[in-house]
Amino acid sequence: MTGEGGIPTPEFSRGEPLVVLRDIHKSFGPVEVLHGVNLEVKSGEVHALAGENGAGKSTLIKILSGVYDDFSGEMVVGGRKRRFSHPIEAVRAGVATIHQELSLVPSMSVADNLFLGRETTGRFGFVEFESQEEEAARILDNLELEVSPHTLVEELPLSIQQQLEIGRALARDANVLVFDEPTSALNEHEAGILFNRISALRSEGRAIIYITHKMEEIYTLADRITVLRDGRLVGTALTHELAPRELVRWMVGRDVVAEDVTRQEYSDDPALEVLGLRVTHPELQGRFVVDDVSFTLRRGEILGLAGLQGSGISEVMHGVFGALGHRTSGEVRLCGEAFQICGPQKSAQRGLVLLTNDRKTLGLAPDLNVIHNASLANLSCYCNRFGWIRRGEEAEEVGRLTREFSLSAPSLEAPVSTLSGGNQQKVYLARWLLTEPRVLLLDEPTRGVDVAAKADVYSLMRSWVRRGMSILLITSEMEELLALCDRIMVMHRGKVVAEFTNETASKDAVLSASMGQIPAAKVP
Amino acid sequence: MNTEMHSKLAKGIATPISRALLALLLMVIIGCLFNADGSFFRWSIHRDMLRQVSVFGILACGMTVVIITAGIDLSVSSVLALGAVFFAWFTLPLGWPAMFAIPVVLAIGLGLGSVSGALVAHMRIQPFIVTLAMMVFARGFAKVVSGGQKVTNYVMQPDGSSQLVDHPPIYNLIDSRILGGNISVVTIIFAVCVLLTWVVLARLRLGRHIYAVGSNEEAARLSGVPVRRTLISAYAISGLLAAVAGICQAAQETHGDPETGMAYELDAIAMVVIGGTTLAGGKGSVVLTLIGVLTIGYLQKILSLNAAPEATRLMLTGAIIVCAVLFQRGRR
Repeated sequence: MTGEGGIPTPEFSRGEPLVVLRDIHKSFGPVEVLHGVNLEVKSGEVHALAGENGAGKSTLIKILSGVYDDFSGEMVVGGRKRRFSHPIEAVRAGVATIHQELSLVPSMSVADNLFLGRETTGRFGFVEFESQEEEAARILDNLELEVSPHTLVEELPLSIQQQLEIGRALARDANVLVFDEPTSALNEHEAGILFNRISALRSEGRAIIYITHKMEEIYTLADRITVLRDGRLVGTALTHELAPRELVRWMVGRDVVAEDVTRQEYSDDPALEVLGLRVTHPELQGRFVVDDVSFTLRRGEILGLAGLQGSGISEVMHGVFGALGHRTSGEVRLCGEAFQICGPQKSAQRGLVLLTNDRKTLGLAPDLNVIHNASLANLSCYCNRFGWIRRGEEAEEVGRLTREFSLSAPSLEAPVSTLSGGNQQKVYLARWLLTEPRVLLLDEPTRGVDVAAKADVYSLMRSWVRRGMSILLITSEMEELLALCDRIMVMHRGKVVAEFTNETASKDAVLSASMGQIPAAKVP
Repeated sequence: MNTEMHSKLAKGIATPISRALLALLLMVIIGCLFNADGSFFRWSIHRDMLRQVSVFGILACGMTVVIITAGIDLSVSSVLALGAVFFAWFTLPLGWPAMFAIPVVLAIGLGLGSVSGALVAHMRIQPFIVTLAMMVFARGFAKVVSGGQKVTNYVMQPDGSSQLVDHPPIYNLIDSRILGGNISVVTIIFAVCVLLTWVVLARLRLGRHIYAVGSNEEAARLSGVPVRRTLISAYAISGLLAAVAGICQAAQETHGDPETGMAYELDAIAMVVIGGTTLAGGKGSVVLTLIGVLTIGYLQKILSLNAAPEATRLMLTGAIIVCAVLFQRGRR
């Protein structure tokens, strides 16, 4: 195998190949999306599959996991030539895929989920619950999860659900595990647990295909990297022989210039003052998920909010924005004026906006086109007093902003669901920028966004603070947090435990503070 | 045919509106083939078809609005009956002039729709349940108002005797034809309803909010869309149009029958769905519904022209609804 431009692809000498894909072509209608891709994954290997959104990674994985069977080329799994016509065939052949969206049934118990689709039945077709539960307990034990087999899946945090998904794959004797951006909903601590799990799977001699947008994950986990671009194979390399800069060049096809990180001086005028913010727990009475949090965000400042899952950082944003209704209490001042928390509509009108961390379920209306999605929050500005929309003006304003955002969409009339993740995120950002906000609450603005679009989002954020907007930022990527923020506030179990300036912040300090170990740095 | 033309054609068929039109065209072609000795080519057949679907079509307009919010309105048939009974009661025994009676009947429809909407929006009860309850309630209400009988122009006098009163001119007006007898007035009313619904859905802020709520309610709420007000408005529009349909029904039947319009909501839903508006919400348009109304109208006209027996007609209609929806969905 040789990569593009004569890049040699070294042999990886561990185990025998469990998956070999040769010269895979795949078309949707007249459009070919994979143009002769090769991939070889050996046992005892973590193989990273990298590439921008739309590079063809998902399509390739869907061929391997039996979603598509109309491809040309050769697929060898476990030494046999295969063509799966249904996902269940792939599972039976030992290929398990752990998707971004988990495939557990939330209202069923842990044990029922582990055996879903392959229930142990007795002579008359009755499910043998007892033996299932014993087996389930054994699987949970193996995974070192302290969870009862009777617990309903919906009561478990996402990270545990993901471990269960792995458990289910192992219960089916999967030898090839495909992870599709498994950390996109996990915090750093939970991701660490997942990495340990994956390392253990590797040492058991299983083959792991790992898809991610996060560079540091590739370099912590992967033995080899295969890069796709525009449906073509760029090359396969040993991880330690491919420098990060070179990897980005493989993925993007050009050098991505590191953005100038010179910081803009921010003024002392407060943009958002929060005093004694409390958010009650959704179920448990008398418990607070945000407990007496106070902070000041200044004009033109980017303030980072760091914390693990359950620390209450998302709830701070949702609470201040008014998305949590009566669960929130506390005093808020916006640009010096008193501000009553009373719902998203009022907040947006006053120039306080929230970009949620889940654009799919809490952000975009998938059936609406780009224009209609982008203008949704600011529609009243394009209406006369009878509610008649001035559509020319609307399209013009959205067009202006999407050009500024370098949005790439087939057309502004296309449903937003047909856009790639990065472009969907730009539409979501455009919706709020059209309202000309004063304070942006950004919860994971770069989640599920490819490298090039991420760089776009960073430079947009910098341009907004230069224009006098203020940003409260949550991100699970530590590098992003450290590079972008003027100050970083760390929360643990609903309380602010530490605050760092750009100079005093370091990866270790922020991480240990968010795990509850209060550092020597100043505590507010 | 070269490939470029082929893909162009495929793209053309891919839009919901062209697929709906194709289904309608197919129906008209079938009509031309089974033309019942040329009667399908006479305008009067088309005029009558349009008159027969008008009341259903008015209901279907309101149904479209509610379905786009990812809801359903089962109460339209009962609100229609209630509207018909109130209209007849106001104009015949009470002798109100039409210009008073009509706004009050419309307000009743709007009010009942708003109640359904408020229960959906504020109490978070499923639309199916809310409007099922409203369907039963409004039917009962209609029977209370009418005393369980048709409200006719045979009016009881204070001294106990009965007497025939003349129908006010509004009855004749709605049931007549204009433009040289070439088009029925109810068809004009239907057309106006389509136009107004189109304006609301495609040109007003309310319409945009209706689509947004239907496509992703939580996202709409977090973007500052007044979700509750939007939902209430959608059900209110459906109630209002059901009252319009009720007035038309009373005028055509020349009395207010509390039993009228039974199961019309099912026809209205079928027309919306055949047009290509999906029950999942967020998608569709009243133009699609108009095409759906015409498709079903022609189907039934063709069957009756060819003297298909009732049983055959029902079975064929059922089968064709499924085929039309499969066709609408297109190749996946």
